[in-house]
Amino acid sequence: MLAYMIRRLLYAIPIIIGVNILTAALFFYVNTPDDMARKILGEKNITPQAIENWKMDHGYNFPAFINTKEKGAAVVTQTIFFQKSVPLLWFDFGRSDRNNIDIGAEIRQRMWPSLFISLPTFAIGVTLDLFFAMMLAYYKGTYIDFLGLVAGVVLMSISSLFYIITGQYVFGKALRLFPISGYDTGIHAFKFVVLPVIVGIMSGIGAGIRFYRTVFIEEIGKDYVRTARAKGLPESAVLFKHALKNAMIPVLTNVVVSIPFLFYGSLIMETFFAIPGLGNFTIQAIQSQDFAIVRSMVYLGSLLYIAGLILTDVSYTLVDPRVKFE
Amino acid sequence: MPVIFATDLIVYILFAGAFYFMLAVRKEGMLKEAWKDVKKRRLAMVCLSVLAAYSIVALADSIRWRDPIRNESGRPALSPSGGYIYSAEALSILDRALSRIRLENEKTYSAPLSSHLYVKESIELPDGRVAREYPPLRYPGAHILGTDKVGNDILYIALKGVRTGMVIGAGTTIVIIPFAIFFGVIAGYYGGLIDDIVQYLYTTLASIPGVLLIVAFMLLFGSSGYQGGLIRQSDLVLQAFVPNDRLFWLCLILGVTSWTDLCRLIRGETLKLRELEYVQASRAFGVSRRGIIYRHIVPNLMHLILITFVLQFSGLVLAEAILSYIGIGVGPQMWSWGNMINTARLELSMEPVVWWNLLASFVFMFGLVLPANIFGDAVRDALDPRLRFK
Amino acid sequence: MYLSKRIGTFKILVLLSIFIAASGCTPDDPYRSSERGKNIFYTTFVEPPKHLDPARSYSADEYDIIAQIYEPPFQYHYLLRPYTLVPLSAQDMPIPEYFDRSGRKLPENVPPNRVFRAIYGIRIKKGIMYQPHPAFARNQDGTLKYRKLSENDMSGINEVKDFTVKGTRELRSDDFIHEIKRLADPQIESPILPILEKYILGLKEYSDALRRDLEDIRRERKKKAGFSYNQTLDELENPIILDYGKHPLPGVEKIDDYAYRIILKTKYPQFLYWLAMPFLAPVPQEADLFYRQGVLAERNITIDRFPVGTGPYVMDTYNPNMEIILSKNVNFHDEYYPSRGEPGDRELGLLDDAGKKLPFIDKIVFKLEKEAIPRWNKFLQGYYDNSGITSESFDQAVAISASGRANVTDAMKKQGIRLITSVRPATYYNGFNMLDDVVGGYTPTKDKLRQAISIALNYEEYIEIFNNGRGIPAMSPIPPGIFGYSSDYNPYVYNWDSAKKRPVRKSLNEAKRLLAEAGYPGGRDREGKPLVINFDNPWTGADLTPVIDWYIKKFALLGIQLENRTTDYNRFQDKMAKGNFQFFPWGWNADYPDPENFFFLLYGGNSKVKYGGENAADYSNPVFDDMFKKMENMDDSAQRLAIIKEMTSILQRESPWVWGYHPVAFVLYHQWVKNVKANPMANNTMKYIRIDAAEREKLRYEWNRPNYAPIVIVAAIIVIAILPAVIRKKRTER
Repeated sequence: MLAYMIRRLLYAIPIIIGVNILTAALFFYVNTPDDMARKILGEKNITPQAIENWKMDHGYNFPAFINTKEKGAAVVTQTIFFQKSVPLLWFDFGRSDRNNIDIGAEIRQRMWPSLFISLPTFAIGVTLDLFFAMMLAYYKGTYIDFLGLVAGVVLMSISSLFYIITGQYVFGKALRLFPISGYDTGIHAFKFVVLPVIVGIMSGIGAGIRFYRTVFIEEIGKDYVRTARAKGLPESAVLFKHALKNAMIPVLTNVVVSIPFLFYGSLIMETFFAIPGLGNFTIQAIQSQDFAIVRSMVYLGSLLYIAGLILTDVSYTLVDPRVKFE
Repeated sequence: MPVIFATDLIVYILFAGAFYFMLAVRKEGMLKEAWKDVKKRRLAMVCLSVLAAYSIVALADSIRWRDPIRNESGRPALSPSGGYIYSAEALSILDRALSRIRLENEKTYSAPLSSHLYVKESIELPDGRVAREYPPLRYPGAHILGTDKVGNDILYIALKGVRTGMVIGAGTTIVIIPFAIFFGVIAGYYGGLIDDIVQYLYTTLASIPGVLLIVAFMLLFGSSGYQGGLIRQSDLVLQAFVPNDRLFWLCLILGVTSWTDLCRLIRGETLKLRELEYVQASRAFGVSRRGIIYRHIVPNLMHLILITFVLQFSGLVLAEAILSYIGIGVGPQMWSWGNMINTARLELSMEPVVWWNLLASFVFMFGLVLPANIFGDAVRDALDPRLRFK
Repeated sequence: MYLSKRIGTFKILVLLSIFIAASGCTPDDPYRSSERGKNIFYTTFVEPPKHLDPARSYSADEYDIIAQIYEPPFQYHYLLRPYTLVPLSAQDMPIPEYFDRSGRKLPENVPPNRVFRAIYGIRIKKGIMYQPHPAFARNQDGTLKYRKLSENDMSGINEVKDFTVKGTRELRSDDFIHEIKRLADPQIESPILPILEKYILGLKEYSDALRRDLEDIRRERKKKAGFSYNQTLDELENPIILDYGKHPLPGVEKIDDYAYRIILKTKYPQFLYWLAMPFLAPVPQEADLFYRQGVLAERNITIDRFPVGTGPYVMDTYNPNMEIILSKNVNFHDEYYPSRGEPGDRELGLLDDAGKKLPFIDKIVFKLEKEAIPRWNKFLQGYYDNSGITSESFDQAVAISASGRANVTDAMKKQGIRLITSVRPATYYNGFNMLDDVVGGYTPTKDKLRQAISIALNYEEYIEIFNNGRGIPAMSPIPPGIFGYSSDYNPYVYNWDSAKKRPVRKSLNEAKRLLAEAGYPGGRDREGKPLVINFDNPWTGADLTPVIDWYIKKFALLGIQLENRTTDYNRFQDKMAKGNFQFFPWGWNADYPDPENFFFLLYGGNSKVKYGGENAADYSNPVFDDMFKKMENMDDSAQRLAIIKEMTSILQRESPWVWGYHPVAFVLYHQWVKNVKANPMANNTMKYIRIDAAEREKLRYEWNRPNYAPIVIVAAIIVIAILPAVIRKKRTER
């Protein structure tokens, strides 16, 4: 088990390096440092000299990958890639291009609001998905199952933008039940969290119910369930005791892989509800073209994805002892 | 003078693909069985016809040509070299069919079927005083879904959004099919180092958060291409082709971020097919590897492609709206439902509310995504129920 | 198991509703209940400020914050018009002294070309104390307490207010001089350095010397660190502090602790306006020593986020992702509400608080609100004290009376909302590339082409559609309220309508005639090819698509094809710098109320392509340039006015710009906000504002009663719908 995990972690290293090189290539050729300087120095009074100075002061006055002017190891180290991208490998995110803030400190701070929204959305969402899916499986063949399925397809065919727009309009403006948007720290965050969580659950519930329903129905069709039923166990007991337990594997695949991404927050939701989380941070960086931040977030996102894959593999072993590691 | 965008090819390929499958289901085999299964479901067939209707609108909006410019006497103006001079506007069949609502513009907002503008304006009264009134429309009652901020007919805009939605939904998968097949098959068939490299490639790509990859890519390629609206001379190649099309780049990058699933599926299926008896047999008969891949492996992957296609379709249409909201979707000049929602968002804060823009984009989008979802399910169930747990 | 689960959910629901009920009867209140009834002003910011360092900050949004904290020598009088400068941290208004080459003193109204040196002697008020701040905290032996912070000292410290010991000291002239030297510091990247270098004696040499010092230090550090040197990380851990005293700066002299003088190379009367901007506000050296420490920079505690000033407010909380809170400065010097105003101010109650000590409000809360809709709705709910008006909410908020006057609608009136309007000292225009073969050039035919387009772009309609009438069509670059503005119409675009007694835009036929004379009858050239003009703009947002459409439609009226070339702002800037454009939209916001700040946008020596200046149209007319040079540094006088008139008529004829419009700002205030008068030049106006917090509390309660009924009804419908199946299932199982 331990050896397997170590092997998985080692396997992640080339991927992380690959991501790093790829993003550096994209970001330093897409948007040359000159472009960045012009954008950041603003509208008024930009001279070519000011651009040169800016590049110098932010450490962009190097070639992208190879510095032919230097000698020895400095050929590689005195480059934008080495100065800006390689430190990411040891979580040194550096400073933002636009207002020179420490990105690492910012990420640590913004992680919490993201978690405050995404964790309840995820936990309550999955619970509700499972609950409703079981209900539909339980009432299979009745009009509830049919209506539920239709509702599921309908719900997942609606753009999440509609949920946010109407949610704010109905609950915030018309009924005055929640603040329309905003955030506060600690316990005071509660009233701001409810509406985004409801909207988040709504936009995911259609797909969720449909998926888990198929999982349960598949499970109900299996032999051991028929045996249990034949023994005279009530339907609800069959469903909630036996089927649920055995349906855990597909559920886990779906669930565990997304856990690391909870830190990452939701891009759209956080912008609309003015939640100062990581998603908001990213959108802001995209719109102001602060590539130091975007680069850091790309890298962070990749790490979380890889973490999710490893977590899923590990969790398999915990649920299903039959899974072996070759 | 015809004009063909890079994305038009996607629509043509979509129709060619549909035609191919129509022929394929006539032959005996897996597809025929599946088709029988799908045909039994009435709902799926209804959805298929809705999808067909959308596709036809998209096709009608993908065949376009430029008219020669006419001078005041109505005759085409000639250039010094004697040729026609063509207008910068390439009108599609759809545009021409809808030329009434396309051209009957108002000044600004008007509610569906209304006879007056929705917004008061300063009107100079005969006595020189200025009053604020609702001015009458130029074409009262002509706009079934109302008009937008600059007076364009909403029904027309929503119909123009059909092509964008279809291209994103279909094009994304179509664009990446060749790559996915190529990499998936060589990884699965040859195994070893090639397999490792391909797996490394798609794991690395999949690791980068899609949205951010799209951002970087669209900033690189998106802003230089054709953004929608009038055609610039600089966009045209050989007077008829527009290869640098922002929408096409969007399809491509959306494809790159979503190709890993398909590639993985194809790789797995190839691994399985490779071991099948008849493949083994033809190898024994000395058929070359390439021959085996062409003759036995690729044709047997079609069902996977079809499933991926229909299942990804709806998600991609929805993604377009979100990307346009962030500002990295289709260009602002391109008619799309995402752009419609984006502007409609602000209109919701008007009092009284301008609801028809949001409603129209909702209905048109929902009308495409819902049937796509239902039909997609039917196709998947018919072809390969196991894939539910991919 | 199933049953107990349901009870669990039920319990949670009950707890939830109790919680909601406990949070008061206005569950949509975005603030803590402890803030109710407090003397706090609530407003918003759209995006996190980039810089709060007065040497760097150069945007109106940032000035809303730092102008309340930093006090430059002068300020604009709150009530008087035209804009008048009055002392703030200075004791009185200085009278500039002019000297010729031989050192002889010249009279004040001397023509600019004879002036060799201009000297501004500024005396500052005594007894002004800085806000309490850890940068001033000293040990018993007099050394700075927090000068050498280590990682151990930082436990529990996340922002400036977490430091336990705070100190203060009196404002001295050194602080003003220090700030001028900071402007020259290459690490600070001050945007106005290039401008001030043109005027302040020796500033250019001084800033070059500092840059050399910086490069020397970097080179040395790089040598020491070897190949592993990473400049960004190195300077984050160990910031470079340049020695400002090492090089002379002859243009700034200290007279004594309460007086200093600035020496300019030319006559430049507008310099006083710069002295009213935060760029030249005092910054204590202690602040720089304090903030330039690695352990603070790593925690994002910098002078760019936590200002240190003498103003009425201090930075209390800086969380740019959520909120920025300013609170009253306990050390604020005595300043009183003005007792003089414009005629009519007394009737509006603007002099009710005359002579009272400033400021009135205890705290100012800026909340981050990026989206217009939530912003607007929260204003209507009473949670923000003021609000702009988006184009979408315009008709809901404003009604134009029969006489053309804007006022709030009846619904707003019922809520007691007031509308304050003011013409902004700004202009939005469309420029032609004067270097371009098609649209540029200075021949009469080219003039006619541009005039024709100017007529076709009907800005009255534009303002009506996109700004709801909030704008004044421009006749020249100079907006109302600035010296040199004239209500005369532009004779190349308008005709006088004697019946209506106002100028009206020339007809489209006239534009077509001009176009024909320019060689493009019906929009076709001699060969019959349509005239195609590129429209270069940075309008990538979807909400700007209708605006682009409008332009295309207007050009089409003349038969001209407008090719839209939207790019992101970067590439737009790039095109402008390289001259690769034909027709573009841009705007300018006045730095100070003087015509020079607008005409310089068309001065040949400021050509963007040739000299990297702000003249984006690259307009260059030697006659105009000569007059500009003459007018530039003149005092306001009849003579200056005459030159401006002449310059205006040259511009109108050659039409290098389509004179778009001057925006009019509409701001709404709730009834509980007092002493509001629009002053587009002054930024430090928060200290004059007073609010009636008790009134606000009462109204908020009235306006925000929650409505639970629909929720209950929907829940009931769902339960009723499910019930029959549940019953049936239960039966079959039995």
